[in-house]
Amino acid sequence: MKSTGIANTSDGCGGRRLADVASADQTREFSGAKAPDRTGSIDSSGLRLALNEWGDPEAPVLAMVHGGFDFSRTFDVFAPMIAEAGWRVVAWDARGHGDSDHAHMYGWSADVRDHLAAIQSISSEPIVLLGHSKGGGQLLDLLDGRPSLAKAFVNLDGLPSQFSSPDVNDRERRRMRRADLASGLDRRRRRNELSRRPDTIEGLAERRQPMNPRLSREWLEYLVTVGARHDDEGWRWKIDPVLHLGGFGPWRPGWSLDHLAALEMPFLGVLSGVQDDPMGWKSRHSDIEPFLPPGGRLEYYDDIGHFLHIEQTRVIADLVLEFLEPLR
Amino acid sequence: MTRSTEFLLNGSLRLALHTLAEGEGHPLLLLHGLGEQSPMSRPAWTSAWNGPVLALDFTGHGDSDVPVSGGYTPEGLMSDVDAVLAQLGPVTIVGRGFGAWVGLLIAGARTSLVHGVILFDGSGAVGGGSQPPTPYVNVLPASGTTKPDPYALLELSRDPRPPDYALDYVRFVLEDSEIENPIVVSARIRPEWLAAVAADIGVIELPLEQAIESFA
Repeated sequence: MKSTGIANTSDGCGGRRLADVASADQTREFSGAKAPDRTGSIDSSGLRLALNEWGDPEAPVLAMVHGGFDFSRTFDVFAPMIAEAGWRVVAWDARGHGDSDHAHMYGWSADVRDHLAAIQSISSEPIVLLGHSKGGGQLLDLLDGRPSLAKAFVNLDGLPSQFSSPDVNDRERRRMRRADLASGLDRRRRRNELSRRPDTIEGLAERRQPMNPRLSREWLEYLVTVGARHDDEGWRWKIDPVLHLGGFGPWRPGWSLDHLAALEMPFLGVLSGVQDDPMGWKSRHSDIEPFLPPGGRLEYYDDIGHFLHIEQTRVIADLVLEFLEPLR
Repeated sequence: MTRSTEFLLNGSLRLALHTLAEGEGHPLLLLHGLGEQSPMSRPAWTSAWNGPVLALDFTGHGDSDVPVSGGYTPEGLMSDVDAVLAQLGPVTIVGRGFGAWVGLLIAGARTSLVHGVILFDGSGAVGGGSQPPTPYVNVLPASGTTKPDPYALLELSRDPRPPDYALDYVRFVLEDSEIENPIVVSARIRPEWLAAVAADIGVIELPLEQAIESFA
């Protein structure tokens, strides 16, 4: 496979040249976690997206796309495991997340376009794409429109379905949408004053725990040291404070299934069956199976939560590597 | 009168708000269509309005700033209009095409600040249709200050507009508004979302000039 280099400072968007950063990283220890071997940035129409890499730069490329309110360093255990098996793993931070630029505007289609810009900067040949949660859902959209980008696609609990949407009546749904609208607009009115609340490492980890109740406190504290920055007042998450969970718009989970059925590359979907995990779409095997592309494979774990690759890293890494073995 | 312009901030971007006519009372706010910009002078069809007549250039259009790397959504551009509401208080809105769609959304989101909305013909009324259109993902060169922003044209002509989603906003307006007929459809060309809105029992239809007169 021919790989292209990652765009950097020459594009004038403030990006950094690839550098060996492992020794410079100030991270809290977590078993198996490894800082990226290389960092850089790519340009998406003038917006700088931070990019991390693990593994042999000459190895075949596997690109990972993180989920909403996550960032590429959430792959710090999973990515090295894949890289050790002979892959060059590349992951980038979505706009407004991690070390990427904050944007004036955010949206699903802009994220999808950023993924295209990142992938095109990494390789001119089809690569393996892996997406978790929202990242997996966005890759479904991208690959329906640009199937030649991927020689295989792995989706980790990023398969939305209308069948598993929360069971709420129309009045309640409208009430939720209306509250979301008001809070979103209020937040945008105050965007110049917004900042993430500072805290200690332990405090930020505790505040994130409700989103990740099945993940250990040690992991969450590690995440703080790679996903937050420290200033005079303490640690603050890097994510743009104007972003909030939920968002609004007419997007429906079921629309993604049309994209799934249209795929033509080898496909592995992995679903979490833990219904009380607060994150994820809670799609069931029977929701997704009828929409699998020809030859597509679907695995379902009723005892692993939404963050499958963090909760059971070895199990999921082995599954992915076994699926990819024929493609090496 | 020659239009005068002031600039409002939405985040770090400047929005151009033009005054086309002075007057007493709450303003009539004109929202242009996709790829358009505010008119240079007061349109004749606003003659029944005695209050101020204002017009907003959406982000990436007219005299307003262009953001880096797009990300346009109708819901996001609601915050453009919301910046006007924060500055001026209540307005009545006339939206053309895409502006009609945003006008309906902001009327539903800020019911106490939008005293009636008129949905009229114009560019960008259809959007992407009721369902997501065929996937088309493309990266454009950084647009700099080109207007209308090519990303606005790309992204705002492809956003899905399901009729039931539009009707949610109709419900928001009708549940809260103190006006008898707060939503008026004057458009003759009606994509599915607008046909559904026009068919709602709480929505009336009037020619544009009569619609403006009904709120004057």
